[in-house]
Amino acid sequence: MNLNFVLQSLLNGLLIGGVYSLIAIGLTLIFGVMKVINFAHGAVMMLGMYCTYWLFVFLKVNPYLSILLVIPILFIIGAAFQKFLINPIIKAPGHNQLFLTLGVSLFLQNMAVFLWSPDYRVLKTHYANITYYIGDISISLSHLLAFGLAVLFASILYVILTRTDLGRAIRAASEEPQGAMLMGINIKRIYWISFGIGSACAGVSGAAITTFFPIYPYVGDIFVLTAYVVVVLGGLGSVLGAFVGGLIIGVADSIGAMFLPGAMKSILSFIIFILILLFKPTGLFGR
Amino acid sequence: MSQPTLATSYLKRGLSRQTWIIIGIVLVLLHLLPRAIPQIVHIVIMIYLFATMGQAWNVLGGYTGQFSFGHSLFFGLGAYVSTLLYLKLGITPWIGILISCLSGIALGLFIGALSFRYGLKGPFFALIMLAFAEIFHMITMGWNAVGGSPGLLIPLKGNAPHLMQFTSKQPFYYMALWMMVGSLYLVWRLEKTRTGLYFLSVREDHDAAEALGVDTFKVQMIAMAISAGLTAMIGTIYAQYLLFIDPDSTFGILNSVEIMVRPIIGGPGTVLGPLLGSVVLTPLAEITRLAFQSYSGVYLMWYGMILVIVIMFLPHGLMGMIRQIIDKYRKG
Repeated sequence: MNLNFVLQSLLNGLLIGGVYSLIAIGLTLIFGVMKVINFAHGAVMMLGMYCTYWLFVFLKVNPYLSILLVIPILFIIGAAFQKFLINPIIKAPGHNQLFLTLGVSLFLQNMAVFLWSPDYRVLKTHYANITYYIGDISISLSHLLAFGLAVLFASILYVILTRTDLGRAIRAASEEPQGAMLMGINIKRIYWISFGIGSACAGVSGAAITTFFPIYPYVGDIFVLTAYVVVVLGGLGSVLGAFVGGLIIGVADSIGAMFLPGAMKSILSFIIFILILLFKPTGLFGR
Repeated sequence: MSQPTLATSYLKRGLSRQTWIIIGIVLVLLHLLPRAIPQIVHIVIMIYLFATMGQAWNVLGGYTGQFSFGHSLFFGLGAYVSTLLYLKLGITPWIGILISCLSGIALGLFIGALSFRYGLKGPFFALIMLAFAEIFHMITMGWNAVGGSPGLLIPLKGNAPHLMQFTSKQPFYYMALWMMVGSLYLVWRLEKTRTGLYFLSVREDHDAAEALGVDTFKVQMIAMAISAGLTAMIGTIYAQYLLFIDPDSTFGILNSVEIMVRPIIGGPGTVLGPLLGSVVLTPLAEITRLAFQSYSGVYLMWYGMILVIVIMFLPHGLMGMIRQIIDKYRKG
């Protein structure tokens, strides 16, 4: 195992870690505001991937350009999901929302199986073949673009959350819903907006990896499991935590892949997950 | 007329002689079923197995309020322990099932000790169970000594009762039936004991129970042990029934979903809920599976839809609905 190999795996881990970050940011935003762990997040991400795929197949839309369409589509799906399904039972005991999102996830994933078959689909573009070299280390353009897009959207979201009125309202609602309500913030509106934004994050992450990752109905499971790990590591509800956590888990996975057989590469990150849950459930950046 | 309190309603619960006779008749009929309609034996076995696992999940999730999203962990452990003991050491699955049960309990107590000691609850407990199941899933996938991703085949020995292998499905039918009846009886009895009430107290208000002197840690550990041991035993029976196990069908996430969705839909925290959920969902799964063979996941779409509808409109599951109807009928 030489130095180049190690650097190469760490770099790949870091790049895919950026995608984990964006998925996890969506998840953590939804949790922060509604205290709901959204088990349908992976299914939503899968929808984002299929959106990009069909836009490419039927309309020849550039997969990266299609993100501009994926964002509103997934925002509407997420907002509707919150408004019509979660909102009616938002006052019920917490596990009900958990089970509801699980039900929606089962429905969406298997609807995809039914409509589009369980086959793996690959989106063939010239992006996948472009690779840059720094010394002996290769960087594939599609990985780099996915990372860049994830960081870009994470930053946009960060600016929205910290610099705009909407963002302040979202943060207020997640920290102190009662107080926010008394200050005249329409909590219900914040709920569906944050759910929409969270789902759009999952959609963008999905769209950004279509150029190098196969598309199939259960694809979300792999990513969303990692996203839970990331979210808990960074601290549930913390956007910054989710971003840093994503990079850490991406690298941890690539370290795991160096020592363990392929199917076992995520064991390291799951062990981190269990340790964090046990010893510091508030995560690295949680309060 | 005094309002019935929780205590009196529990003390008064007993079954009349009539009910016992009906139960007896139903049991006799169920024993005759495989001879009368042999075509549906497979589906009924699956109903019993999932009802029993649902009951096991129910003890921890429904009664004690600790929702496990990774119960496939114990199921897979049970399936792998007995199968590996047989394949590597030649130990008969009849002893294997006991060792499975014990190892399930041990693993359950280990995870329970970790998570309940640190006061993990709600979504965090759900996630830690999911993480453990996923770790076992990855280990069995990647480690070739335990079969790797192709899984393990139990060699066919024909009719070999001492190896828990039978050429007909009937012996499995009776085993599954009695596991189901036994778990039903266990939970029904448990519900009325002090421990059963402690379960409920932990579910309803963990801190208040603790303040009133309930050893919540111990109570959760007992629930975990019962739940894990029972699920592991079903894992062994399942492995012997199909004579084939692989990581996805045992430790996979979907299997955890299969285990928990029945008691949730049937009515968590009720004795009959898991059975009712299984009676409704299992045939649905098997029939859809036959109808759409190449699209094996389609039945899960129905599960998802039913789950959403039940959560939104029937928060106490199908049992809650039945209870409402009975109440209405009695009043009117």
